[in-house]
Amino acid sequence: MLRYALKRLVSLALSLIVASVVIFSMVEVVPGDPAAYMLGINATEDTLAALRDQLGLNGTLIERYLSWVGGMLRGDFGTSYTYRTPVAEMIGERLWISLPLALYALTLSTLIAFPAGIWAASRRGKLADVSVMGITQLGVAIPNFWFAMLMVLVFAINLRWFSAGGFAGWEKGVFPAMKSLTLPAIALALPQASILARVMRSSLLDTLGEDFIRTARAKGLSKRQALWRHALRNALIPVLTIIGLQFSFLMAGAIIIENVFFLPGLGRLVFQSISARDLIVVESVVMLLVFAVVVVNFAVDLAYAVVDPRLRVRT
Amino acid sequence: MSWMKLGAASALALMVAGGAWAKTDIVVAMQLEPPHLDPTSAAAGAIDSVLYSNVFEGLTRFASDGSIVPGLAKSWDISEDGLSYTFHLAEGVTFHDGTTMDAEDVKFSLDRARAEDSANAQKALFGAISEVEVVDPATVKVTLSEPNGNFLFNMAWGDAVIVAPESIENIKQAPVGTGAFKFSNWVQGDNITLEKNPDYWGTPAQLENVTFKFISDPTAAFAAVMAEDVDVFAGFPAPENLPQFEADPRFQVIVGNTEGETILSTNNKMPPLDNEKVREAIAHAIDRQAIIDGAMFGLGTPIGTHFAPHNPDYLNLTGNSAYDPEKAKALLAEAGFPDGFKTTLKLPPPSYARRGGEIIAAQLRAVGIETEISNLEWAQWLEQVFRGKDYGLTIVSHTEPFDIGIYARPDYYFQYDNPEFQALMEELNRTTDPAKRTEMLHKAQTIISEDYVNGYLFQLATATVAKAGVRGLWKDAPTQATDLTAVYWEE
Repeated sequence: MLRYALKRLVSLALSLIVASVVIFSMVEVVPGDPAAYMLGINATEDTLAALRDQLGLNGTLIERYLSWVGGMLRGDFGTSYTYRTPVAEMIGERLWISLPLALYALTLSTLIAFPAGIWAASRRGKLADVSVMGITQLGVAIPNFWFAMLMVLVFAINLRWFSAGGFAGWEKGVFPAMKSLTLPAIALALPQASILARVMRSSLLDTLGEDFIRTARAKGLSKRQALWRHALRNALIPVLTIIGLQFSFLMAGAIIIENVFFLPGLGRLVFQSISARDLIVVESVVMLLVFAVVVVNFAVDLAYAVVDPRLRVRT
Repeated sequence: MSWMKLGAASALALMVAGGAWAKTDIVVAMQLEPPHLDPTSAAAGAIDSVLYSNVFEGLTRFASDGSIVPGLAKSWDISEDGLSYTFHLAEGVTFHDGTTMDAEDVKFSLDRARAEDSANAQKALFGAISEVEVVDPATVKVTLSEPNGNFLFNMAWGDAVIVAPESIENIKQAPVGTGAFKFSNWVQGDNITLEKNPDYWGTPAQLENVTFKFISDPTAAFAAVMAEDVDVFAGFPAPENLPQFEADPRFQVIVGNTEGETILSTNNKMPPLDNEKVREAIAHAIDRQAIIDGAMFGLGTPIGTHFAPHNPDYLNLTGNSAYDPEKAKALLAEAGFPDGFKTTLKLPPPSYARRGGEIIAAQLRAVGIETEISNLEWAQWLEQVFRGKDYGLTIVSHTEPFDIGIYARPDYYFQYDNPEFQALMEELNRTTDPAKRTEMLHKAQTIISEDYVNGYLFQLATATVAKAGVRGLWKDAPTQATDLTAVYWEE
């Protein structure tokens, strides 16, 4: 188990190093001068030079890469060009929205997908199965931003149960804050739940066809007992993989949903920073997201080993 | 859940009971969030949209009709030769941190803006200043190196507001000004709140709390207004939705003019656009009203020169560029391009450019001019078009007030070099007599109109959607500002 974990850890570190080089070089080759963007069309040449100097945009690429990576290792993500506040602080604030939103959506998605998937698998071919498959097909097909706009129309504009967007702030209390995350979380969770339910169902069906299930049934377990005691646990590996991927997607991929609901999350920060050429923010946020994805994958790898003891020995 | 219902019921009861008092809170939405809160070191209009006149004030200020009125300077004397301005400051003015605003602060602000290492985006406004002297705490004398008829106008810009040395260090996050509102809090990415300044030196504000919310997506903007999450949306981004708000008794729609001359900027040094006949042909190939209707849903006033139609010195020269495709074709043939030519059309992100660009491309194609459209982000546009001058045509709205002077800069991105016009602008700068200035401005507008420097399209309009009870909002936008100092709720 320890060797397995160590091996995963080394690949985690390597992924991070490669990612940092790729991110930095990709962002730095994007055309556009941050100083020119900030000062607009009437700026004089000496003003631009003065600002570039203030922003530290004058070093060589390698110098700037090293100071960026070195800073991150010490927990210093640099200072935003446009906002002039430490990037770490900005990310910290935004995480208080993006992280709860991702967890909220993931919880919703899991809460919907598990029962739906198990139900469909246990009633294969019957009405329950057909309707779950039909609804999830629709859920996968509907773009989440469109569904989000539809929900705003119904619940915010017509019924006035929710506000059309924005974040109430945690200082106003947990309930108003969670309330303002509810529509976005549902919009994010719907397609995820559909995918997850389908994976859950097919994985369970595969497992239910295995020899050990027949053995369990032969020992006298009912179909239901066999499913809950033996099949479910064995069917979890692909489901866990999808959950891991989904969490990363929810952290990084909520950009559009954050724009529809004007939530000040990480996705929107990246979006704004790219157009303002606030390169240091883009680099640091993307790096952080890569870090999150890699760490989640690491956790999923460890979770495999927990649900499937064979993995601990084999590798 | 019964406690929730109880809470809602008591909130409702409070609201009913509170109905006797006028509402004093307002939520104002706009598309763009300021990058930081120092109007004296960035071009971002969003900074002025939040802070101008609300938090920061200058020696002079723009009134809602665009005229220049006294600000922190209650009066001024101009010397005979037009070289020295003596400003008499308003008395009893304090900054929001309690320190006194006096002549030293004015000197500090002006000297900072024109310093060697200044990051002021409009440094040219201060170019004429040669010395700032403190006469006494309530009097400042500014000496110019040459007469400048625009000086009082320049001092009204958001880039020329008065700041204090005591609070300058944190101005980007915690701005300290002299205005009727003081800065309260900023949740980055979401909102900025201001509160009434109880010690304001002038007429106090009628609102107690102001929240600026930033909603960039047009669909989200529509939803936020419809759901009544916001009371005012300044610069509403989706003109196609305006009729729906107009028809809804809950809302009012205020449409006004801005200082934005929207033009088909033309690279005057790039062949064949360096040929005046070709530029004239383009001017006649464009149907302005079709662009206004198609791209702006009818909002905007056609222009024939680079000057705001609401300015008293405006000259209507749209006749010079009347829509006449046949004439355009004839002019092209005369210029030696009977089969037309090909050029680039580079479009920045705003919808006037992206939507307008498609229409203009079609209109130019009708007379034989093919355009290769590329959509650019602002940062790319600044680099390629504005600084690199690597373009044939582009569409952009010049939002700075009274900016006809850019045509006197041969290195400016449209590269128009006319010594006669440059001499005229220099003379205008030295002239303070209003009648003479009007005459010269008419002449200046005529020159650039008849030289067809750019394709003059339309004056950008601004639309504000507000709840029906909001009063005192600016209709026109003589500068980028959301002046809330006179705003109140009517019962």
